[in-house]
Amino acid sequence: MSENRMSEDQPRLAEHLISRRKLFAKLGAASLGLAATGTLGLTYRFLSPNVLYEASPIVNAGKPDSYPLDSVTIDVNSAIYLIHVQEGFFSLNAICTHLGCMTVWKPDLDVITCPCHGSQFSREGQKLDGPAPKPLPWLKTWMNDDGEIMVDRSTVIKPFEFLRI
Amino acid sequence: MPRRTDTYYEKLQRTRIWRSIFRSGAGYSTLHRALAIQQNIFLHLFSTKVRRRMLTFRATWYLGALTLGTFFILVVTGVLLMLYYHPSVPQAYADMKDLKFVVSSGMFLRNLHRWSAHTMVFLVFAHMFKVFYRGAYRPPRQFNWVIGVVLLLTTLLLSYTGYLLPWDQLAFWAITVGSNIASAVPVFGDKVSFLMLGGHQVNANALLRFYVLHCVILPLAAALLIAVHMWRIRKDGGLYVRQSQPGVESPRESHADEAGVVKV
Repeated sequence: MSENRMSEDQPRLAEHLISRRKLFAKLGAASLGLAATGTLGLTYRFLSPNVLYEASPIVNAGKPDSYPLDSVTIDVNSAIYLIHVQEGFFSLNAICTHLGCMTVWKPDLDVITCPCHGSQFSREGQKLDGPAPKPLPWLKTWMNDDGEIMVDRSTVIKPFEFLRI
Repeated sequence: MPRRTDTYYEKLQRTRIWRSIFRSGAGYSTLHRALAIQQNIFLHLFSTKVRRRMLTFRATWYLGALTLGTFFILVVTGVLLMLYYHPSVPQAYADMKDLKFVVSSGMFLRNLHRWSAHTMVFLVFAHMFKVFYRGAYRPPRQFNWVIGVVLLLTTLLLSYTGYLLPWDQLAFWAITVGSNIASAVPVFGDKVSFLMLGGHQVNANALLRFYVLHCVILPLAAALLIAVHMWRIRKDGGLYVRQSQPGVESPRESHADEAGVVKV
């Protein structure tokens, strides 16, 4: 008798409950999934170095007197141009936006050119010709307390924001 | 098919030591030859029987086997080069020059490694073209084609990571250009480039990362994929034979229909 009653109840129970085995299996799978996700996050953080032994992005370009009016000066070590025009001073990243070669200033043609694939830029960094997809970025430039021009290579500013002295 | 010249070899095959190492046993019967393949951990990847005409040059031009051959040469010469090479900024270039001028046979090993690498890339492409134009990529071999494409990418990545290791101007600018291509990927580009180089510039971290990828991670991945690639040749019905009626497949290949349902 009692067995009969149980078998009548069981299908109804099964609709609402999952078996203990299935519950533990699901819990196990979920915790493994959680651990795997955490491990992925940790792996990503491990692969991204926290300390870099690279040159500082901030460059001291020296006194403004060393840059005469209408001059374009390249610093090959820090890969920046320091340019003095009527409106003031500004700095451009000298790395070509195409594939990362160092550009050169051609005073006789009044253009910045890339020796790798022939991209040409104006002295304001605007692209004139060639495969470069973007203009040369303007870099944050300011004057420190000692009256020297400082350039932050890691901070790009809007074009035509001149440093007036 | 007993051969008189092989008597010493046959005697050796009957010794207890030989029998304990090679489980298949001696003999030239069809069964013994099949067992020699099937009972060997390395050879069991391959089919026990192959059509004779599939072993002729014109069937495959041996391009897959030649690719594997260049891979073996690269592993052997690469391991030997590792004995003299330090993946550090002050030493990498000097070690490369030492291999060239100071180490006995160093120049030979380095050139062998370099030319085998170029040859392997060429052979992988040639192998792909041959498979493509014969139509050997078609079902049931479609997944082996996919593994082959991943192997092509692995080969190219091995070439690319190896390019940085001499640490000369060519290497530096090639990797600079390559990492800039990676950073052109939308949204994740800069992150990918940063993880690849371990920094913003091609420097000590990049050299070490490329070294580990080139000498450990990518060769292991390639070896694993090569094993699966070889095994799938057997599992997918052996080397592709051009059929006179393209629509007709051998019974073994038609076990599953389009939806992947096994009929037998």
